[in-house]
Amino acid sequence: MTVRPRKQIHLAAHFPGVNSTTVWADPRSKSQIAFSSFEHLARTAERGLFDFFFLAEGLRLREHKGRIHDLDVVGRPESLTVLNALAAVTERIGLAATVNATFNEPYELARRLATLDHLSGGRAAWNVVTSSDAFTGENFRRGGYLDRADRYTRAAEFVAVARELWDSWTPDGLSRPFAHKGQHFDVAGEFTVPRSPQGHPVVIQAGDSGEGREFAARSADVIFTRHGTLEDGRAFYADVKARLAKYGRSADDLKIMPGVTVVLGDTAAEAQERAAEIRRQQVSPQNAILAVEQIWGTDLSSYDPDGPFPDFDPEPDPSLTQGRTRRGDSVATAEKWRALSRQKGLSIRQTVIEASGRQSFIGTPEAVAAELETFVRQDAADGFILVPHLTPGGLDEFVDRVVPLLQERGAFRTEYRGATLRSHLGLAEPGGKG
Amino acid sequence: MTSSHGRGLHLAAAVDQRSAYDADSYVELARLAESGGLDFVTLDDTFARPGPDALAVLSRVAPATGRIGLVPTVTVTHTEPFHVQAAVATLDWVSRGRAGWRIDVSTTEGEARLFGRRHAAPADALWQEAGEVAEVAAELWDSWEDDAEIRDTATGRFVDRDKLHHVDFAGSEFSVKGPSIVPRPPQGHPVRVVDATEGQARRTAARYADVALVRAASSAQAGAVRAELRASAEKFGRDPDTLRVLVSLVVDLGDGEHAAEPGHGGGGPRQTAHGPLYRGGPVDLAELIAAWWHGDRTVDGFHLTPVEPRRDLERLVNGTVALLQHRGLFRTFYPGSTLREHLGLARPANRYAVTGGAS
Repeated sequence: MTVRPRKQIHLAAHFPGVNSTTVWADPRSKSQIAFSSFEHLARTAERGLFDFFFLAEGLRLREHKGRIHDLDVVGRPESLTVLNALAAVTERIGLAATVNATFNEPYELARRLATLDHLSGGRAAWNVVTSSDAFTGENFRRGGYLDRADRYTRAAEFVAVARELWDSWTPDGLSRPFAHKGQHFDVAGEFTVPRSPQGHPVVIQAGDSGEGREFAARSADVIFTRHGTLEDGRAFYADVKARLAKYGRSADDLKIMPGVTVVLGDTAAEAQERAAEIRRQQVSPQNAILAVEQIWGTDLSSYDPDGPFPDFDPEPDPSLTQGRTRRGDSVATAEKWRALSRQKGLSIRQTVIEASGRQSFIGTPEAVAAELETFVRQDAADGFILVPHLTPGGLDEFVDRVVPLLQERGAFRTEYRGATLRSHLGLAEPGGKG
Repeated sequence: MTSSHGRGLHLAAAVDQRSAYDADSYVELARLAESGGLDFVTLDDTFARPGPDALAVLSRVAPATGRIGLVPTVTVTHTEPFHVQAAVATLDWVSRGRAGWRIDVSTTEGEARLFGRRHAAPADALWQEAGEVAEVAAELWDSWEDDAEIRDTATGRFVDRDKLHHVDFAGSEFSVKGPSIVPRPPQGHPVRVVDATEGQARRTAARYADVALVRAASSAQAGAVRAELRASAEKFGRDPDTLRVLVSLVVDLGDGEHAAEPGHGGGGPRQTAHGPLYRGGPVDLAELIAAWWHGDRTVDGFHLTPVEPRRDLERLVNGTVALLQHRGLFRTFYPGSTLREHLGLARPANRYAVTGGAS
C-alpha cells in the first residue's frame, strides 16, 4: 500500500486592490502606484516562496451617482509593464497579469505574454477576465459591443488563438505561419516571438459562474475563485474537478485557488480584535452610506451612518454605480440588512461591517496554518491567493509567521525546485505541435 | 541656425538586436549607453518582423538602470490608445521618470491580417490617426491632476474627484472617455518621439513630438528639416524650443580608430536603403558630431543605430562620447534624473488644472 504524499499548498499574493478591502487611512499605508510598493510585495512573496504574484486590472474608474468614486484606493499602473519590471528584481516567483479578453486582441496580447515569459525566464501567467459593459467599452475602439453570452465564447476562442500563436514556432526556433478563422477572430500571419520558456504562459480564470467553471475546466491552469465555508469549497472543488475529464484533463491539471484574507494575532482574541479594527477601517462612515446607496439605488447622503436604515424599499437603478458588477436581489439584501439591524440593534455602518466581506482566516499563526492546511487536505482548495489589506507591508507578517509553520507541517515547499511558474504549480509542459 | 548651442548636445543610441529575447543582453547594452551619459536608448518594434515587445523589454531594463531614458517604439494603428498610454505612463512610473515613446504606424496588409480588425491604410491617414493617439495620450496623462490623491480621512475620500477628468476624446477612428486608470506619471508627459523623415509623419512630429528624428545624410539636409519642423511647430502654437531634432544615423565603427572609408567624403554618412550610414572610426564620428552640432548648428543631437550592437556601442561610448566629453561638448554625468531633464524640457503643466501650480 502506498502512502499518499502530503498534499502541497500553493500560495499566491494579490497586490492590494482598488476597492474597500484595501485600507488606505492606516498610517502604514503607502503608495499604491510607486514601483517600490510592487517591489516590496513581490519580494516578500518570493521570500515566502510563493508560487506567483498577482495583479488585477482596471479599465475604467468606477463611478457612483455619475461621479468618480472617491472613497477607495483608485489608480494603478498597467499590469504587464509592472511585471516586466518586477522580473528584474525577483528571480523565481511567477508573475500574473489580469488582462481583459474583451478589450484586447489575441495577437498583441499573446506577444506581450510571450515576451514577459522570455524576459522572466518562464514565470508569466495570464488571468483571463471578460467584460461586456458599455461603460468600460467607452475607453476602447470597439466600444461596449459584446453580448453577455458571448463573453466566454470570445475568451475561449481568444485563449485558443493565443495558444496557436505560442505553438507556431518550433522548439528549435523556426517560425511557421498561422491562420485562424472563427466566430470572433479571423487572423493570419506569423508570430514575432519564438516559443517561450514555459511554452504556454500559465492561464488563470477568475469567476465562479457555470460558464466560468466550464471555461476553466477546458482552458485554464488555475482558477481564482471566491472563498467560502469548507463545505462550499469542497462542493465547488468537486464540481470543477469533475468537469476536467471530458476535456481529457486530469484533476492535477487545474489548481483551485480561492482569494482569501488573513488576520493574525498572538492570541485568538487579539486576532479577532484586529480583524474588527480592519473592518472598521474598510467600512468608513462614507463607505457604509455608499454600500447602502448601491443596494437602495438612490441618494442616501442625508442618512446618518450611525443611525437606522431607510424605512422604504429599494428601487434598483443599475446605472447608479458603474464599473463594478454587483448582482443579486437588492430588495432581499435590503430586507436582510434591516432585519440584522433590528435584531442586533446595529446602526447602518455596524450592519454593513457585520454583513459584508468578513476576513477569511483569523487567528494565531498556528491556528491559521492549521486551517489553511485543512482546506487543502480536505479538497476545498489547492492553495490560496492572499489579498493583503495594506500596501506594501500587508504580506510581511504572513510570510514571517505562517509560512514557516506550513513548512514545518510538510505542507509547503522549503525552496523553489524549478525555475518556471509551471514547475512551482506542478503543471506539465504543454506539448506544442512538434 | 538658432539656439541649439547652449542647450547642450543630445545623444541617443538604439539597442536593437537581431533575434535577442533574453533580458540580459538588453540590460548590458542599456548600461553601456548609460555609462556614456547618453540621453536615452531606443528599442524599435513592429508586428511585421520577429522581435520582442519593446516596451516590455525596456520595462525589464528600467530597474537595472538608474538614469538613462528608455524609449520603446509602440505602434498605434492596431493597438488600443487607452492601453498604449497606460503602458507608457507605467514605464514612466517603473523607471521613475525616464520613459519615452517612439510613435509609429503599421502600414502593411500583413500587419493588418494579424489583427483582422481593419485593412491596411495609406500612411497619410495612419499618421493623422497617430496624431490623434498622441493627443489623447497627453489628455489621459493629464486626466489625473498631480495632487488628485488626497487621502483625507476626515471626509473618507482617497481622491479629490474634481481633480480627475473625463477626456471625452472623439477622433476620426476611435473615441475615449477617460480618465486614465494610471495616475499622472512622474514626467507629466513621457517624452514623445517621432521619426519625421517621411513627409507624412512630419506634421504629427511638428505638432506632438518632443524629439523628432531625422535620417539625413548631410548637415544641410538635417538643418533644412529642422528649420521646417520648428516653423511648423510654431504654426501649431508651440514654442519651437520645446522640440529637439536629432539626426538618425546608422553607424558602423569598423575596426580602426581613424578608419574612414575611402571615397566617403571625409567620413560623412552616405545614403543607403536603411538610411544614412556612417562608416568610420569613433574619432571621426566625434568630429562629425562636433561639426554638425557645434559648427553648423543644424541639429540638437544624434540618434545612432549601431550595425554591430555590442561592438559599435562600446566604441561609441568609449571612443566618440569620451572624446566629446573631453572637448567639453557632452555631459560627463547626469545632472538630472528624468529624461525630460536630460533633454532640457520642462515638465508640462496640466491642461485641466485650474491653478497654474500643477507643473
